[in-house]
Amino acid sequence: MFKKLILITAIFLFSAFNANAGSDDELILKKNQPNEVKDCFENLNRATFAFNQALDGILFQPVASAYRVLPSPIKTGVSNSLDNLSTLVTIPNNILQGEIKKAGINSGRFVINTTVGILGFIDIAQHLGFPEYEKEDYGQSLATMGVGPGCYLVLPVLGPSTIRDATASAASLVGGDAWYNVTVLNDTQHFSDFDYYASRVTSGINFRAKNYDAIENLEKNSIDFYASVKSLYLQDRQQKILNTNKIIETQDDSDWEEIETQ
Amino acid sequence: MKLRKFLLVLFFYSLIFSNSYSIEPDVFVQSTVNRASNILSKNISKEDKINELMVIAKETVDISGVGFYSLGSVRKTLDENQKIKYLELFESYFLKSFSSRLAEYTNPEIEVWGKKVLNENYTIVNSLLVGTSDRPEVKIDWRIYTKNPDNPLIRDLIIEGLSLARTQKEEFSSILNSNDGDINILFKTLEEFSNN
Repeated sequence: MFKKLILITAIFLFSAFNANAGSDDELILKKNQPNEVKDCFENLNRATFAFNQALDGILFQPVASAYRVLPSPIKTGVSNSLDNLSTLVTIPNNILQGEIKKAGINSGRFVINTTVGILGFIDIAQHLGFPEYEKEDYGQSLATMGVGPGCYLVLPVLGPSTIRDATASAASLVGGDAWYNVTVLNDTQHFSDFDYYASRVTSGINFRAKNYDAIENLEKNSIDFYASVKSLYLQDRQQKILNTNKIIETQDDSDWEEIETQ
Repeated sequence: MKLRKFLLVLFFYSLIFSNSYSIEPDVFVQSTVNRASNILSKNISKEDKINELMVIAKETVDISGVGFYSLGSVRKTLDENQKIKYLELFESYFLKSFSSRLAEYTNPEIEVWGKKVLNENYTIVNSLLVGTSDRPEVKIDWRIYTKNPDNPLIRDLIIEGLSLARTQKEEFSSILNSNDGDINILFKTLEEFSNN
């Protein structure tokens, strides 16, 4: 276990040192521009996308549709619990990104919400005035170290990703996610594999239900749904990597400037 | 003397006149949103709502600008006839797509809370779609084209940081790339969408 953690740290440090001074925001922004990400496996990606759509129609859409009719406090509570579990991946990534203060805040958030907030069901930390929670993952950490996204990838069931993000998510499976460690990786008496996989499936359903209308609407009004999802995913990743709510930082104005209609 | 007075009066009139129609981008967005909101809360059929929303879109969105942006660098390769045909097809596609998306919302409440002037041509207006029990609150930013301050126009909606114009541009680019850059395939796709 300890060996694995050392290995992960070594891989991250190696990536960071190879980032050739690419850790300034401008370079990270450029590397993660959606139109810079190549779709090297487009045919395979489109086939996987079609498979995921079929799976969505059979499984996720109907379940999400039923989930939506649950009372709001239950949906909010489930969403809060899932966010609370995700802090276990966010905290090590805060540290990897050098955001020690945020790691401290998120550790405090996790302790308060897990205990007083009844296993994260109630977001007590928010009521206490903690800053807005921002999820982090190993893909984002690699990106902030200057590692480019590589090719765009659609994973079966899991959906859109990139080579970097898919590879980095393996870190969670080799000790980088405390929730995975206590459920699947180690044989504890308190949790089982089922708890982990149930939380992952619930997370997928929660996401689908939250974005139910938006996804239906997008599919209905797109002339190339695959391309729309790809663009939205890559824009979203770019924004998360930069940890910015200032949309003007991620918008490319150059193409607008030439268009004069007045 | 009389001539000087006349010129002075004329100068002040022209000054007042030139400023009187300048519309602040945030006021423009709030007024557009209110108009759309009124339509969406009306007790009329979805089809009627779509038709009325199309009228608003024609008046307030720079459809030609969005159309050329969506084409990316390909726009530079089109001849005049192709440009005219493209803009015609794009307008039908855009109005149908835009209005159908909006018509799904019933009685949306949007609050405009800020703006940032990027340059003399663009201002970003910030707003918030107020959350309900069915949907969370959503941040919506508007890229307003302000080259003519008397007639500001919407060029992009950025929802939770995701640009609709950019998504559309990448969608068009994907269709062109999959078909060896053949613009006629894009024309056909737009036509089919509008006719369905």
